[in-house]
Amino acid sequence: MHIFKNTNYDFLRWRWYAIALSWVIILAGVVAIAKNGIPKGVEFAGGTVVINKFERPVSIQQVREALDRNFPGGGQNVVVQAYGDPTQNQVMIRVPQIGAEQGASLSVVAQQANDALRKGNLGNFSTVSTQIVGPTVGADLARRGVWATVLSLVGILAYLAFRFQFSFGVGAVVATMHDLLITLAFLAFFRYDMTLNVIAALLTMTGYSTNDTIVIFDRIRENLRSMRRDSLNHVINVSVNQTLGRTIIVSGTALLTALALFFFGGEVLHGFAFTMVIGIITGTYSSVFIAAAIVSLWRGAGPTRAAAHAPATATPTTAPQQPARRQKPQRKARAS
Amino acid sequence: MQNLQWKVITIVVVFVVFAAVGVYPILSAWKGLPAPGWLKEKQLKLGLDLKGGVHLVLRVQTDDALRLETETESERLREELKTRNIPVTTIAAISPTQFKVEGIPPAQDAAFRQAANEVQANFDRGSGVNGTYLFTMRPNIQVNLRDEAVVQARQTIERRVNELGVTEPQIAQQGAGGDEILVQLPGVAEVERAKQIIGSPGLLELKIVERVAGSKEELLVNNQVPEGMEIVPGVSAAGDTGNLYYLVKRVAAVTGRDLRSARPSLDENNRPAVSFTLNSEGGRKFGKVSGENIGRQLAIILDGRVQSAPTLESRITTEGRISGSFTQEEVQNLSLILRSGALPASLTYLEEHTIGPSLGADSIRSGVLASVVGLLLVVAFMLIYYKLSGVNAVIALIFNLVILLGLMAYIGAVMTLPGIAGFVLTMGIGVDSNVLIFERIKEELEAQRGVRASINAGFARVFWTLVDTHLAALISCAFLFQFGTGPIRGFAVTLVIGLISNLFTSIFVSKTLFEMVLSRRQQVATLSI
Repeated sequence: MHIFKNTNYDFLRWRWYAIALSWVIILAGVVAIAKNGIPKGVEFAGGTVVINKFERPVSIQQVREALDRNFPGGGQNVVVQAYGDPTQNQVMIRVPQIGAEQGASLSVVAQQANDALRKGNLGNFSTVSTQIVGPTVGADLARRGVWATVLSLVGILAYLAFRFQFSFGVGAVVATMHDLLITLAFLAFFRYDMTLNVIAALLTMTGYSTNDTIVIFDRIRENLRSMRRDSLNHVINVSVNQTLGRTIIVSGTALLTALALFFFGGEVLHGFAFTMVIGIITGTYSSVFIAAAIVSLWRGAGPTRAAAHAPATATPTTAPQQPARRQKPQRKARAS
Repeated sequence: MQNLQWKVITIVVVFVVFAAVGVYPILSAWKGLPAPGWLKEKQLKLGLDLKGGVHLVLRVQTDDALRLETETESERLREELKTRNIPVTTIAAISPTQFKVEGIPPAQDAAFRQAANEVQANFDRGSGVNGTYLFTMRPNIQVNLRDEAVVQARQTIERRVNELGVTEPQIAQQGAGGDEILVQLPGVAEVERAKQIIGSPGLLELKIVERVAGSKEELLVNNQVPEGMEIVPGVSAAGDTGNLYYLVKRVAAVTGRDLRSARPSLDENNRPAVSFTLNSEGGRKFGKVSGENIGRQLAIILDGRVQSAPTLESRITTEGRISGSFTQEEVQNLSLILRSGALPASLTYLEEHTIGPSLGADSIRSGVLASVVGLLLVVAFMLIYYKLSGVNAVIALIFNLVILLGLMAYIGAVMTLPGIAGFVLTMGIGVDSNVLIFERIKEELEAQRGVRASINAGFARVFWTLVDTHLAALISCAFLFQFGTGPIRGFAVTLVIGLISNLFTSIFVSKTLFEMVLSRRQQVATLSI
């Protein structure tokens, strides 16, 4: 079986449309974030989260009413959500406050919430998880998350500049930033909380999205050596087409596993899996449409002579080959 | 040929070793199969989020340690000035790192400077204006004291946690300022008790009582606390609700540092109490003080509150008892806290995360389900798309997962819920290398090269691409590890190990599999790919 066999799409011709489409999504994301803000998970916002498992089914409405009546200060700021599998009768209650940081009283608010539920006569329940985060923790985490992302982009830029050329590093990093922005936009559209797991997924995505890009760049580098007379844009198009089958298949398998996580991985990994799903899709898209286009824009679309001095570390012994141009049939071989 | 045999042997040995370390213990725990103890010890550890337990982050208030040092040093200067007959109006700490001396007579200025120079090595003295001097703790001393306070607090917490009998606790320093302590207690259900025990200061002081009164004001002399004294609140007697205030000597006769042991006991009214034994140094000091103060009250002060103030009837050396209105459980906790020593500074809780065992079990269940579904999907796809070569990729993938589990178990890495996600993603992204190689082989075949040549060229050309993609991914994993704590680190570790083992399986194992198949046939005209 062979999909995308000997394709010959002119990807670079579409680059302006692709870039425009990306900008539309990113700007929509910016608008969504400006309007509603990025909802922060408890790790970043601080506060108290209690997950309770009830013995008999309770509605979110009942829990909310119990809190409205009995929680000190009322339940206006309290978020109540069903948690996990509906048959488990688990309810998540999130309160923006925490108990005092001093001593062992951090969990006072959690206890107040549970007391309020007990007074509400909702039947017996047990607390399966409590998470209480003070306000100072989130700021530190957010700062470290941003730094980790920036540094990992710089690291990738440096590595690609060293192994390929600076323009390739720029292409890969721009493509990766594009993926981050698009994914953030989708997180904003679907109102996912920004949690540690989502940040982890975003960082993983930067690595993954570069993967696809590198494979294409590698082919461009190889073809630059054998197609010296062709324009850079032509070389890029040929390379993207040659690797297209691989790009689609790999994204497909990665997407399959990310979807498995999304549908079966449980509540805690939901945001993570969603981020990965979007990240894989946009990563593939940007590798094909954006990364190489940036390289072409960065260097101008002139003939490749100037570009031909790409470091020749890969496959030094065998002469570079470009399947479409091979004339001499060698031994018979058949692909099924 | 010889070469191929060795490759196969290497692969089989690697597989067996990693399967034994990584997979067998899991199966044996699951199905109750027998396994030797050393293998069971190596079983893949589960993180707190899968096992259930408590995760606490505390901050050490290092200012406390500095304040204590400043107060002690200012007291020392006061004593020194007294012996040298240099009168001053006040000596007072004005911040955790500064104290001020006021009212030095101009004639004695030189003598004061000399005395201060001899006593205050850790403080910088400001230039005196109108007989007033400001002493500031040296920056390097501040840094040392802060570091020391955190290390001591960590050690104290470690002792307390060990006394609690938690298995495999994790206690580590973290945070930008290095003043945070992470405490992970797997499987602990009594969260409140654990928190109470970890967080109490546990400072025991025995001080001689000067006067007792019902209010603070009654104890003041000229509206001031007398020199070298302090006022400590406390209860009067058992059952009595009224507060009493004790005027006591600031310098403690004995502190918890001189304690050898503490244990629950009963007092003369059969109420729960804590008996303690002092070490010989403490016994000597206590003997001297108690001998000199027979007939006076001795305040037993715990964390800044008088618990009881018995009258000294005879000279006491090493044995003592703290009685008060304690419950049996309080007495037990208190003995534990006293045994493990006082905290050098107070602690604040920044974060608390309790995961019930049922939630952990749910997470494992859904994680395993997602893994199985992901694996089946990838396997099905590879077999349909690449036919027999797909079998090759699937074997390489299974190798990859076995090595991943084995290495994680071997280095003692912890499997967390995000780690399971990393495991699932490793499957999806791991076949990437095989796809890359196979697609290249297809291209070579289309270019009418022979099967053997195509396979060799496919692997050779893709090698550096694989190195590039894997290294770039490792770079982002390194920063992920740097960023994260606990579960996220588990995830980063899983990804890194997955990447490394993937490089091995996709290049070495997969190629050897092709060679094995090809070595059986003389003429190879087709390849199922």
